[in-house]
Amino acid sequence: MFRFLNLTLNGLTNGMIYAAVALALVMIWRATRIVNFAQGGMLMFTTFIAWDLAQVHHANYWVALVVAVVAGILIGGVAERVLVRPVENGPPLNAVIVTLGLLIFLQALAGMIWGNSQAHSYPPAFRFIGYKVGDRTLRFSPNDLFIVLSVLVVVIALYVLFQRTSLGLQMRATAFNPEVAGLLGVRVGRLLTLGWALAAGLGALVGVLVAGTSSGYVTPVGPFDALLIYGFTAAVIGGLDSPGGAVVGGVVLGLILSYADSYISNFIQTMYALVVLIAVLMIRPKGIFSRTSERRV
Amino acid sequence: MSALLEVQDVTVRFGGLTALDNVSADITDGEVVGIIGPNGAGKTTLFNVICGFNRPDTGTLRWQGNALQRHQPRQLAGLGIARTLQGLGLFPHLSVLENVMVGATKHARAWIGSALLALPRGDRDEQQLRKRALEVLSELDVADIADRLPGQLPYGVQKRVALARALVADPKLLLLDEPASGLSNDEMRELADLLRVLKKDVSVLLVEHHMDLVMDVCDRIVVLDFGRVIAAGTPAEVRDDPRVLEAYLGEEVTDADG
Amino acid sequence: MADELESPAGALIAPTSASSTDRFGVLSRSTLLRHTLAALVGFGVLWLLITSFSDYRNSSWIAPIAFTVCAAAGLTVLVGLSGQISLGHGAFMLVGAYTLALVQEHWTTSHGNLAMIGLLAAAAAGAALFGALVGVAAARLRGPYLAGATLALALGLPTLPSYEKLSGKLGGNAGLFVSSPNPPNGMDLYRWQSVICCASAVVVLWVLANVSRSRVGRSFRAVRDDEIAASLCGLSVPRVQVLAFVLSAAGAGVAGGLLAMIDLTAGPQAFPLSLSFGLLAAVVFGGLGSLAGAIYGSILITLLPLWSQDITDALSVHSHKVSSNMPLMVYGIVLTVAMLAVPNGIQGLLRSLRLTLAPGRRR
Ligand SMILES: Nc1ncnc2c1ncn2[C@@H]1O[C@H](COP(=O)(O)OP(=O)(O)OP(=O)(O)O)[C@@H](O)[C@H]1O
Ligand SMILES: [Mg+2]
Repeated sequence: MFRFLNLTLNGLTNGMIYAAVALALVMIWRATRIVNFAQGGMLMFTTFIAWDLAQVHHANYWVALVVAVVAGILIGGVAERVLVRPVENGPPLNAVIVTLGLLIFLQALAGMIWGNSQAHSYPPAFRFIGYKVGDRTLRFSPNDLFIVLSVLVVVIALYVLFQRTSLGLQMRATAFNPEVAGLLGVRVGRLLTLGWALAAGLGALVGVLVAGTSSGYVTPVGPFDALLIYGFTAAVIGGLDSPGGAVVGGVVLGLILSYADSYISNFIQTMYALVVLIAVLMIRPKGIFSRTSERRV
Repeated sequence: MSALLEVQDVTVRFGGLTALDNVSADITDGEVVGIIGPNGAGKTTLFNVICGFNRPDTGTLRWQGNALQRHQPRQLAGLGIARTLQGLGLFPHLSVLENVMVGATKHARAWIGSALLALPRGDRDEQQLRKRALEVLSELDVADIADRLPGQLPYGVQKRVALARALVADPKLLLLDEPASGLSNDEMRELADLLRVLKKDVSVLLVEHHMDLVMDVCDRIVVLDFGRVIAAGTPAEVRDDPRVLEAYLGEEVTDADG
Repeated sequence: MADELESPAGALIAPTSASSTDRFGVLSRSTLLRHTLAALVGFGVLWLLITSFSDYRNSSWIAPIAFTVCAAAGLTVLVGLSGQISLGHGAFMLVGAYTLALVQEHWTTSHGNLAMIGLLAAAAAGAALFGALVGVAAARLRGPYLAGATLALALGLPTLPSYEKLSGKLGGNAGLFVSSPNPPNGMDLYRWQSVICCASAVVVLWVLANVSRSRVGRSFRAVRDDEIAASLCGLSVPRVQVLAFVLSAAGAGVAGGLLAMIDLTAGPQAFPLSLSFGLLAAVVFGGLGSLAGAIYGSILITLLPLWSQDITDALSVHSHKVSSNMPLMVYGIVLTVAMLAVPNGIQGLLRSLRLTLAPGRRR
């Protein structure tokens, strides 16, 4: 029972991380109908920047975090303007390949700058050691609490932005129908850039949070690829179009992975995600089909 | 004479919207039947039901006396039903000839084995399909553009290619969804002539907004409005029906002449 | 050879005019003769190339190029012709490699040539079967969903051998042992491996060229262009899509089998994500849907790691970090730039060049 509780707590923490990645993917999907396969690479790169500041140049944790988020916002905005804009209305295949190209480019660049051989550890924001209940230690530490709260705060902030501000209204209008939004005077191009920038900023935050967990480390390829898949799976569980769904999907996936990890095997986490992904896609492909197949005859 | 295709009391709902409401219609051999109605009346939806893209919530379809249930679009060619799509629906990266050859799929005999090993049987089959496709293209006077891509051609010619792709399957019934949209007056006259020739071999169900064309070539007309059949009969009967005028009032009557 | 094997999307119109029929005579009428001749000539040239190198070290890149071609050719048919994307083609190579290793371990007693051909056929069949499975799922997925699912596959599948319940059978992280083929008298092992790989590549290209030129290839492209119109033409869209996956996976399976035969192991480490990315870069670089392009692309991605040291040295950047990441960087640049600037790849460039140089010829 205690083990189950611990697994649940651990699943919740990880789930919040997946939820945040999923949310970033959903924001970009809603804005441009593109799945950003570079998400994992973008957040890996910003995390390396933060790591460089914090570990090599001994900067303060929070300074590094802020720099990472700002860098993420910049990378996201520039990526949308330069790389994604030309393929936005083209065949989905082109967009997939361009974002994948960006992912690979960022992985290579990070490898060139920081090297592939070492897995660098990242300082946590708070203690790793779990809270105590009686004489037993929970698998939930102040650092985990920090992760959960940060993601919650960001989710709420995004909710307020989208639902309560005129900027958010414009973004929703753009996502719903760019042509009409453009006719109504919304500057569609800028909002798309902003959408990518915000999503990448969110991704950057996640990267630093993940790197700072007890099992986290920073390296050009590996954990961040898996993170992308988890985020994608979570987003698909939620329907890819719904921010709320993404958060729920993230938590559900976090719990599933946590239980499966412990009760089945901890060697094949990505397989669990694959199984969940395929199961969801097979059970209800209708709600999550792309636009082309919804085309009416 | 028994009907080729019978549609009986078909209802189709999309959520709260009733796109077809107890619609019945039929067509016999050698007939041209027009389906008209304002935008959103349910004409394309009726075609989709016939083609198996949409399932009717209630009602039945009969093809040559046999009930059509849970049929798939890909089975139509085999049954003898061909359809052109509203818009074009040509394969943009296939040449005109290839487009039509895909339309002739049901005539092909050789399949995967001959393809993998490039057996002579496959070559012969291809030769056959190519010949058939070129014949239909020449019948429609567009054989000279067989090697071009659809995108390089004027709209009217592309529409002909789409028609050729449907005809090459030797259908008994041809479903045409707005074949005249985007055509010039001359092209429309040619289309009317063509339809009159075609009806010797094939029955045509024609969805069209251009009243001239419809009145000219159709033997019978079914008028849809908000998913309901509001009138049916010969062109003359339909033309004078007050309900039809009302449905079209201020809409198509004015630009019906194209 | 490249020109004969070329089957780019959209340029498949067999000669219809009288003049071109005359020019090629019986060759234009028999695909079998044309492709077989091209395959024999191609293999002959490769044989000369392999046997002419005095030292195997100078020719050690031939085998890797050849097995990469097997996988890339399959991938280009899948992505370019049938319009389905796979970001994880390495997974099919992995299945091919393990199939070969398992069949060899449990069923073969001889190391002769026939056994080897059988093993490669088994690798193709195993991957094709897995491809059918993936294809059935894939036929219900579109665009980014399929991309994400295949990416997850390529990331997840290599972890399976470590799974406690399977590691006994699959050799865990170290993989399974594969014994080497026996070269005939007078030939060293490395040359023999090159011969095997080249022969396999020629066979794979031969089959895929046949398919691309046939009605099956045309139905791939029709389904890619417009699924609804294709179904109205009597094609079963899912069936066509699954078939494309099966063929493509079979090619990758052969590639994986060959890789295992050369490495003498079938292990998860040989199939990282970067392998799948490299394959995609190869086919995008060569031009999607073009078998000739798959060949150029495979040459590029195989030689890149060998060149990157020279490139970095030439730039006077003496850093292992830079040189070891150079291939990956080029993949990334190729993918983005190709999509933004030259969407038809090398083969498309060549075609438009030919068009400018020799106007009036068919497209
Ligand atoms: N797949 C669908 N899902 C939801 N609503 C649909 C669907 N297909 C059609 N409709 C709706 O059903 C109604 C009938 O549409 P339909 O396309 O049949 O009209 P139509 O008579 O062909 O019009 P037009 O002349 O504009 O082509 C419309 O209100 C349309 O919006
Ligand atoms: Mg319509």
